Amino acid sequence: MAFPILSVIIFTPLVAALILLMMPADRKTEIRMTALVSAAFALILSLWVYLSYDQAAAGYQFIEKYAWLPQFGISLHLGVDGISTPLVLLTGVVMFTGVIISWGIDDRPREFFAFLFILASGVFGVFVALDLFMLFFFYEIAVFPMYLLIAIWGWVKTREYAAMKLTLYLFIGSVVALVGALAMYFNSGLGTFDMLMLETANFSAKFQQIWFLPVFMGFAVLGGIFPFHNWSPDGHVAAPTAVSMFHAGVLMKLGAFAALRVGIMLLPLGAIYWQPLILGLAIVNVVYGAFIAMTQTDLKYMIGFSSVSHMGLVMLGFATLTQDGMIGASVQMFSHGAMTALFFAATGMVYDRAHTRQIPELGGMFKALPYVGVTFIIGGLVSMGMPGFSGFVAEFPIFMGVWRVAPWMAILAVISIVITAAYIMLAVRRTFFGEMPKEFEGHIGPISFMDKFALTLLSTLMIGLGMFPAVMVPMVKTGVEHIMEILKVVK
Amino acid sequence: MNAFTPSMVMAILPEILLLTLVFLVLIFELIWKKEDGRNLGWLTAGGLLLILVVSAFLGKPAEASTVFGGMLRYDALGFIFKMLFIFGAMLTALFMMDSEKLGQRGESYILLLVATIGMNLMATSADLIMLYLAIETTSIPMYILAGFMRDDEKSTEAGLKYLLFGAMASTVMLYGFSLIFGFSGSTALEAITGFSMPLAVGIILLMAAGIGFKISLAPFHFWAPDVYEGAPTPVAGFLSTASKAAGFAVIMRLFIGLFPTGQYAQMWTLTLAILATLTMTVGNLIALRQTNIKRMLAYSSIAHAGYALVGAVSLSELGVGSVTFYLIAYVLTNLAAFGIIAAFSRIAGSDEISAYAGMSRRSPGLALAMLVAFLSLTGMPPFGGFVAKVFVFAAAVEANMIWLAVVGVLNSIIGVYYYLTVLKVVYLHRMEGENEEAHPIPLTRPYAIALTILSAGILLVGVIFGPWFNAASAAATGLF
Repeated sequence: MAFPILSVIIFTPLVAALILLMMPADRKTEIRMTALVSAAFALILSLWVYLSYDQAAAGYQFIEKYAWLPQFGISLHLGVDGISTPLVLLTGVVMFTGVIISWGIDDRPREFFAFLFILASGVFGVFVALDLFMLFFFYEIAVFPMYLLIAIWGWVKTREYAAMKLTLYLFIGSVVALVGALAMYFNSGLGTFDMLMLETANFSAKFQQIWFLPVFMGFAVLGGIFPFHNWSPDGHVAAPTAVSMFHAGVLMKLGAFAALRVGIMLLPLGAIYWQPLILGLAIVNVVYGAFIAMTQTDLKYMIGFSSVSHMGLVMLGFATLTQDGMIGASVQMFSHGAMTALFFAATGMVYDRAHTRQIPELGGMFKALPYVGVTFIIGGLVSMGMPGFSGFVAEFPIFMGVWRVAPWMAILAVISIVITAAYIMLAVRRTFFGEMPKEFEGHIGPISFMDKFALTLLSTLMIGLGMFPAVMVPMVKTGVEHIMEILKVVK
Repeated sequence: MNAFTPSMVMAILPEILLLTLVFLVLIFELIWKKEDGRNLGWLTAGGLLLILVVSAFLGKPAEASTVFGGMLRYDALGFIFKMLFIFGAMLTALFMMDSEKLGQRGESYILLLVATIGMNLMATSADLIMLYLAIETTSIPMYILAGFMRDDEKSTEAGLKYLLFGAMASTVMLYGFSLIFGFSGSTALEAITGFSMPLAVGIILLMAAGIGFKISLAPFHFWAPDVYEGAPTPVAGFLSTASKAAGFAVIMRLFIGLFPTGQYAQMWTLTLAILATLTMTVGNLIALRQTNIKRMLAYSSIAHAGYALVGAVSLSELGVGSVTFYLIAYVLTNLAAFGIIAAFSRIAGSDEISAYAGMSRRSPGLALAMLVAFLSLTGMPPFGGFVAKVFVFAAAVEANMIWLAVVGVLNSIIGVYYYLTVLKVVYLHRMEGENEEAHPIPLTRPYAIALTILSAGILLVGVIFGPWFNAASAAATGLF
């Protein structure tokens, strides 16, 4: 049997979390080193999966299957396809950079890293699970540590409120989807939770129409879909930097990914039936999110709403049910993940030094923190969808897909790019250029080498993907083609 | 019929051993000095562990049979519940050891053991008279244990209240039994048949009310919060877990045994489904407003009885299996929760939720155990509570009671709020004006052992759930 790389990826953070919890609380340096080493290990493994994914063969690879509860049809069935492979890599990257950025956490770092790793383990699990039960299992594991991470290490003013709000929203979404999953299990008559088998279940059109909405929306809550997006900016703002990175960088992808995998792929007729509604909600996300982002004065709120807008593009791409749209949406998940992680990391560095995130109170940061400024601008260019950056590679196909379905919607969506450009440039100008307020003079220290390393890693990914789309797009295409086949069969 | 067979001994092997242990405790209480009273706890817990191991290997029925002239069933359902009760009693004995006044005295351990014998018989009774006697054998020691701290007003109140409500419940149930007997001329569950319409309704309602009191279903739940709050914490833990599980064993035997199919089956499942809805909702909503952690857990355990009932009314093998699995996970989880509270209030001297501020700094280990227990109560993976909830809801969906699954799901969302609120106090809030590190919460050895076993158990049931679920569904085979 081949090396069970996917289960090793899932269990590396989990085992690391257990080891961390057993270490003495006052050995802070050792705790950080353990965290870093295990995050690096997970990153290397996920990079290995990415590089050795065989695009010619396509389909699900690195498959592992262990019976867990055979009489109920539950198995630990793992595998990655063209869509989930980039997301596994993204999780590895965000986990690694997240540990680097959190180096300075001094309040109970042992518990912090342990909870963060449990979260990471759940995220890896969802991306590689091919069993519906296990998908839920990992999904919930990814949700609950968020509560503690935000409530304990978050921003004092709003953390209790935001953490509870986030947990309740996500929990409601997931349990609603769970009922749908159970209905699928019993209705299929196959007696299995295996998603590859459920894909062939041929649910009746009526059944799909009824259950698509609870399942898709239940997961899409985590993807920040309108009108259930409200928890997300609050959560971003209240969370500590690394958790914001995780939250916007990978956790929201979890929702979109699960909505695709369980909603669209298992209930394709339902997806076709409800397509107009999903398109409509997604376009509201895109445009409304951009407008709200423009009115924000808090840098983190601005990025939070910009995430809502960009995740709307992901939903929009999926909802087109076209090849272009889905490829774009899948690449956008990666691109946006790296971009927001970078944004939040940069914002965190500014905040740690200036102790404010209010855009009007900031200024002239470029002189003191040139490295942060440059990478923030790179993130901004990605966000605006500039050619040469990953945002373009992602957004252009999405608009092509939308154009095929509803041209007027594409126009509406493109407007949002203009707004995005406006608020990003305004924020960059006010934060990094102009006069530095007097009280900051001499207080803004340089960032560490490790911080620079994290920022560089994230920027490189975005520029690399923008310059050489071929490193990811063909891989994603193999995954999307499979969905296209499913849709073609039911049509 | 009266011929002696070895399976008769095997059927009551755990009870014989338990009774032996009772005498051992009695004898050693006389031999040992009064200051060494705490050692009786080690004796009880160790003895129970031995009984657990011996019965698990020897007492397992090969096939279901009825023994002792139709008084007892010897089947998988009874077996798995017996193991659960003995396990629960073992951990309760450990928790009792360092409980003030409870731990030094032989009586408390003896009462615990006798109650366990009663529960074992409850889970195996095949005859109404036997069942009634078993219920009383369980209840009477529990009344005394609830009121054990004579100098404490709340404890005596708890004991008296429990006695009065319990006696009333027994009476109501007896009315139901007498109707059954008057009807069919038999008290043996297997022989009872041929109901007619209006009387069957009466029987179902009377029995539902009687057992409803015992497992604190709404609207028969009023005694529970007061009794849990007043009773010594380890006793409250035992009441809310093993005692409740015994009630569920009776529900499954009695209702499924008497009305397995047909219109009466529909009638009782609907009755209990309504009670389950009410129980979950009332329990969770009132738990939201509690400031005392024991009262909060009392309401939470009311809500959990509702979730477990969801599986029972599905009236299927999956349903019975899921209830049994739910109870396994629940007994582990709730015992842990009460154990933690007992360990904490022993040092901190308070059961108010606000007193838990700064606990994660005072004792990171105990806080972690609390995290595990409360997240399992919430129904979060990888802990037992998650899988258990999924199974009972799955049973409801399979039985085409999607509405009931939805009610359960909505209720578990309410649960998230109040469980997380407690964790928030534990992990986030600070003691006012104090340095937490100066107020550690030392754990005595019995607590440390018991909580380690329970936390590991919660994780084990939640991750490697296959074998446990198989054992639980084996329980269903004897009923259908």
